[in-house]
Amino acid sequence: MNTIYLDNNATTNIAPEVLQEMLPYLKEMYGNPSSMHTFGGQLHRRVEEARAKVARLIGAEPEEIIFTSCGTESDNTAIMSAAESLPQKKHIITSRVEHPAVLNFCKHLARKGYRITFVPVDKRGQLNMDEFRKTLDDGTLIVSLMYANNETGVIFPLMEIGEMLKERGILFHTDAVQAAGKIPIDLKKFPVDMLSLSGHKLHAPKGVGALYVRKGTRFSPYIIGGHQEHGRRAGTENVASIVGLGKTCELAGENLYNEMTYLKALRNKLETALLKLCPDARVNGDTENRLPNTTNLSFEYVEGEAILLRLNEFGICASSGSACTSGSLEPSHVLRAMGVPATAIHGSIRFSLSRYNTEEEIGKVIEIMPGLIKELRNLSPYGRQKL
Amino acid sequence: MWDYTDKVKEHFLHPKNIGEIENPDAVGEVGSIICGDALKLYLKIDKETGKIIDAKFQTFGCASAIASSSALTELIKGRKLDEALRISNQDIAEFLGGLPKEKMHCSVMGREALEAAVNNYRGQPAAVEEEGRVVCKCFNVTEEKIRRVAIGNHLTTADEVMDYTKAGGGCGECRAEIEAILKDIWMLKKPEKPAVPKKLTNLQKIALIQEIIESEIRPGLQADGGDVELVDIDGDKVIIALRGMCTGCLMADVTVKKIQDKLKELVSEKIIVEAQ
Repeated sequence: MNTIYLDNNATTNIAPEVLQEMLPYLKEMYGNPSSMHTFGGQLHRRVEEARAKVARLIGAEPEEIIFTSCGTESDNTAIMSAAESLPQKKHIITSRVEHPAVLNFCKHLARKGYRITFVPVDKRGQLNMDEFRKTLDDGTLIVSLMYANNETGVIFPLMEIGEMLKERGILFHTDAVQAAGKIPIDLKKFPVDMLSLSGHKLHAPKGVGALYVRKGTRFSPYIIGGHQEHGRRAGTENVASIVGLGKTCELAGENLYNEMTYLKALRNKLETALLKLCPDARVNGDTENRLPNTTNLSFEYVEGEAILLRLNEFGICASSGSACTSGSLEPSHVLRAMGVPATAIHGSIRFSLSRYNTEEEIGKVIEIMPGLIKELRNLSPYGRQKL
Repeated sequence: MWDYTDKVKEHFLHPKNIGEIENPDAVGEVGSIICGDALKLYLKIDKETGKIIDAKFQTFGCASAIASSSALTELIKGRKLDEALRISNQDIAEFLGGLPKEKMHCSVMGREALEAAVNNYRGQPAAVEEEGRVVCKCFNVTEEKIRRVAIGNHLTTADEVMDYTKAGGGCGECRAEIEAILKDIWMLKKPEKPAVPKKLTNLQKIALIQEIIESEIRPGLQADGGDVELVDIDGDKVIIALRGMCTGCLMADVTVKKIQDKLKELVSEKIIVEAQ
């Protein structure tokens, strides 16, 4: 059975071109870029080439890019760096729908005496701008808001927020792990001080990420040790993965427009068909401002884990915001913050596509899903589906 | 991904005895769609022999909830009621070749549905659950259920109790209480009483209450879009105002109670909290 992988916001396959580029550094070219000998030292240049490619994707300067181990490290570093640089400021603003890498780090800082404002979102998952404006004050250290939401794909109006914060001199960080390489980002125009991205969401391997830090922003390292990354992030460079991240950013940049068009059409086809064929289904999230590859659908009267495991029987991979799949007993904090009814959260399914998905695969999901939902509804004591 | 046995997968993908029984002799309903799983069990019972002739179910829930329901119906069919009642949640789990520990509450739900159906048949109140003090407010779990399941399954930690009953799996505020119940059950050393705080001056008391509200209470509420403001302190009476999402929230009373419990614990037993 072929796998139909529609869980690309969780992680992605490594692009063949990326793997090809990486292989020499996993085999014969295993040196340490910090070494004095050519064998190791020559790798320094490969790392710098990768840095330039990452910078190009987001319209940054190479020296503004710091390689890290993952998106979470980038997020933690950005917020901690702000806290270390401006110790007198104790107020952090974020949103209620952030990734745990930001949300739980902020809760951690709350226990250390920081005041955290979690800005609410409306029922489309869009930031409540009136609330946001009200929360800014002179003690605000940093605002950290995600570029696009991992569960719903909703894109925040960061340009407007960035301008506002720039005027008031407040640091601004964005977790762009889901957005980078999927939608255009140009940091020359977009006023943000720090931006996180991750390799494995974009067809590079797991274990590599990057943090953009705008020139002139005060920075304090999170991981302390050697002089790597100009003293901004210690630890021997993960050369192969860094090379992979560079290549993947290059590919994403080259194909951005075509890919967006392709994914949007494919996603819309899937979404429209499922809403049409499955009664009592809905889309969660602002469909006007959304990543082209993501759709989050709720099917009433059925539970998400049951849907996922039935899909699994057909080799179809997706994910759910239901409590049963979260590893805790709490359903998705994102959908809860949006005021999605509990019943619809339990039956929520996220499909996230990539360039490797085909029309044929989407057709197969459209063929299988409605019958599967109907079957599970017939098992349920609530809302038996009449068809 | 959950490590389900082949038997769980089989009973999830091809569940036995699904649907309703027309004119059932007994119906047992447990769980709710809000909590994420619910099971409705229908029984046909031979009045002469007291045997379960037929059993069917409808379940809203995850794979293990559906598999547990299917297993339950297979286990009880053809048995006399008293015999069926001896089937424990472990028997359901064992029938399925085991369940991941985080999913044991699904087997507990199966056992409870059976009990509810038999009670229904015998004209007794449907659920034992509704009696007793609610410990876990998020999932509405009573002390009695915690004790029953903990003893029946040899649970000794709060995490295990969560896996089997969901209690403590929401906001987590009741975990200390669950641990106290477990200590009581297994006759472990009683938690030492915290040293009696020395009498606070009014000024110290006000400062302490302010600090607790700022550092212990507000961050949690704010994370859920709510907030609380300290309005006044009059002797032992603390007057607060709920703000943001807390206003008009169905759980507002619970929130006020939680704040009161916290202040009772950390400031004085006499504290009474009132919302404005």
